[in-house]
Amino acid sequence: MTRPILQVEGLAVELRGEAGTAQILDDVTFHVPAGGSLGIVGESGCGKSTLLRAILGILPKGAETPRGSILFEGRDILSDRAASARGRIGFVPQDPYLSLNPVFRAGDQILEIMRRHAPGSRRDHRAKIVELFRAVQLPDPEAALAKYPHQFSGGQRQRLLIAAALACDPSLLVADEPTTALDVTTQREILSLLRGLAADRGLALLFVTHDFGVLASVCDRVTVLYAGRVAEGGPTRTVLDAPQHPYTRMLLACHPDRATDLAGIPGTVPAATAQPSGCRFHPRCPIVRGSCAESPPQTVTEGDRVVACPFHAEPILA
Amino acid sequence: MARYILRRVLLALPALFGLVILTFVLSRVVPGDAAATLAGDAATPAQIADIRARYGLDRPIMEQAAIHVRQVLTGDFGRSIFSGRPVAEEIIQRLPATLELTFVALFLATVIGIPLGLLAALDHNGPIDHLVRLLSVGGLAIASFWLAIMLQLVFSMDLDVLPLRGRMDVALGQPARVTGSMLIDSLLAGRLDMFVDACRHLVLPAVTLALPGLATIARFTRSGVLETLQKDFVLYARAAGYGRVRLAAIYVLRNAVNVTVTQIGLLFGALISGAVAVEAVFDWPGLGTYAVQAILSADYKALLAVTLVVGVVYAVVNVAVDVVQALIDPRVAEEHR
Ligand SMILES: Nc1ncnc2c1ncn2[C@@H]1O[C@H](COP(=O)(O)OP(=O)(O)OP(=O)(O)O)[C@@H](O)[C@H]1O
Ligand SMILES: [Mg+2]
Repeated sequence: MTRPILQVEGLAVELRGEAGTAQILDDVTFHVPAGGSLGIVGESGCGKSTLLRAILGILPKGAETPRGSILFEGRDILSDRAASARGRIGFVPQDPYLSLNPVFRAGDQILEIMRRHAPGSRRDHRAKIVELFRAVQLPDPEAALAKYPHQFSGGQRQRLLIAAALACDPSLLVADEPTTALDVTTQREILSLLRGLAADRGLALLFVTHDFGVLASVCDRVTVLYAGRVAEGGPTRTVLDAPQHPYTRMLLACHPDRATDLAGIPGTVPAATAQPSGCRFHPRCPIVRGSCAESPPQTVTEGDRVVACPFHAEPILA
Repeated sequence: MARYILRRVLLALPALFGLVILTFVLSRVVPGDAAATLAGDAATPAQIADIRARYGLDRPIMEQAAIHVRQVLTGDFGRSIFSGRPVAEEIIQRLPATLELTFVALFLATVIGIPLGLLAALDHNGPIDHLVRLLSVGGLAIASFWLAIMLQLVFSMDLDVLPLRGRMDVALGQPARVTGSMLIDSLLAGRLDMFVDACRHLVLPAVTLALPGLATIARFTRSGVLETLQKDFVLYARAAGYGRVRLAAIYVLRNAVNVTVTQIGLLFGALISGAVAVEAVFDWPGLGTYAVQAILSADYKALLAVTLVVGVVYAVVNVAVDVVQALIDPRVAEEHR
């Protein structure tokens, strides 16, 4: 097995705020193999974006001292800022409408990234950007350099941001729900573009989504987060076909595409400032035991799957 | 862009025309019987009638208005009641001094105020932020004539490092008049010594005049930057790996200053009226002192001319502000197409 390009070990992020300390991530462990693709799924507020912010080194104020480690290409980028992987990790944000600076030309915004993280002259950089614009199928790549963000459509802006993410020849692409702000047709185009680029360039992909359809079409592996902890992880196909953790099982059951019933999961995701003791899912769990409230569940590893529930073999009775 | 500028200029014209009409109405309303005022207290009815005929005050009001407009458009403001000299000539003599003072003050306020506001925002609730807040409250609260006198006491009287009043040392003479701006004329004349002296004379009045503007500019920049820092594109830029300093000083600031630029345009009016007090204290031969003199001697022709000229300058400055905003934010020019 090749060494993973990204290895997250025991990552914990706490956010100190006026309302007390929020445990946003706790003991998160997963890895992305070189050239592979991992999807992170979970309900809104479970800490997906925070996880990406930890990887990109831009945690919010009050969360400056995360625990654990994030190894990128073998170096810990969490504790050692100097080893920062800026440029080597390309980032595709969620909202193409709000992520570009409205008063600067598209080309200049990408040049600014390359100025610090890519070798070569400004002229080289321009040529590189035009080439990338071509690769992401932006119409009229030369002219696009001098255009302002509002002169592009949403799909084109997302292409632009993908080009920006590729500008410094990254080995890992990190994307935070990159298609949620787009219409369905555009979504499909962007996804196939991302898949194609990753394959062509041998890029590894870390892909945040809450859409199982997207997940299945893009990622070979998946990690399911619940309230800041890993619930389950493994190859996408096996997890989707045979989910083990009660949370994943219920989540998949209420997903409209594969719904067996649409009841949804009773209860809501706990607030980050008031996490339940023991297993964080226990107040909503259909197969809860007395011991679930006492201590965090043991993680069970079976082949290439992990599941944070010792009772995962129990059937869920409706 | 050219079309946008043209549109802005055309939009300014009706306002200026309105100002011309307003000055006409004021000139007929304010002095009561203008002819009587002109003729003076001791005039006989015959003399007043004579003046009325001579100034066209006996003609129908619409005709008078037309004449007024024509005179203003040709730059004919009549003669000063106080000095007897043509008002236009006196204004041309004095306007450059005021413009030089206000532009230097505005420049100082901008180049100091914007960085201060930026630093304050980046240090939100930190020591720099508190210092800037103190400064901006102080800058707005301090009366400029008091500050002017204090500065004179300290820097001219006690320390004797800066001149007390005037625009140039008498011993140096004056550069040949081209633009009326001492800074420009002394450079055109190739007299560096005069240029330096003109700068030294400008320091105290310009600082006095700049302080309230600086406070306003710093405050608006601060809040603009704070607002911009919350935007998604700032987080994205950090994630993408922009340098901290360049991100703040270029990418955030350019989004944040549009409100400030609007304020700078509005400030210009405040600066010109502020110049009245400052010019008086520093014996600055500008429009402010001229206006004060005109008020004291009820020289309404001079006053109307000053009003018009300030109005024109104000309109020009505001067109300039619109253009600067369009340069800063490309969406501005497109929205107004
Ligand atoms: N800057 C911040 N300040 C305060 N709380 C924050 C901040 N960022 C995130 N949080 C909190 O951290 C938790 C996780 O947020 P995060 O944005 O990582 O969730 P997410 O999984 O990305 O959700 P979504 O699917 O809605 O994007 C939430 O409870 C949120 O309220
Ligand atoms: Mg998110």
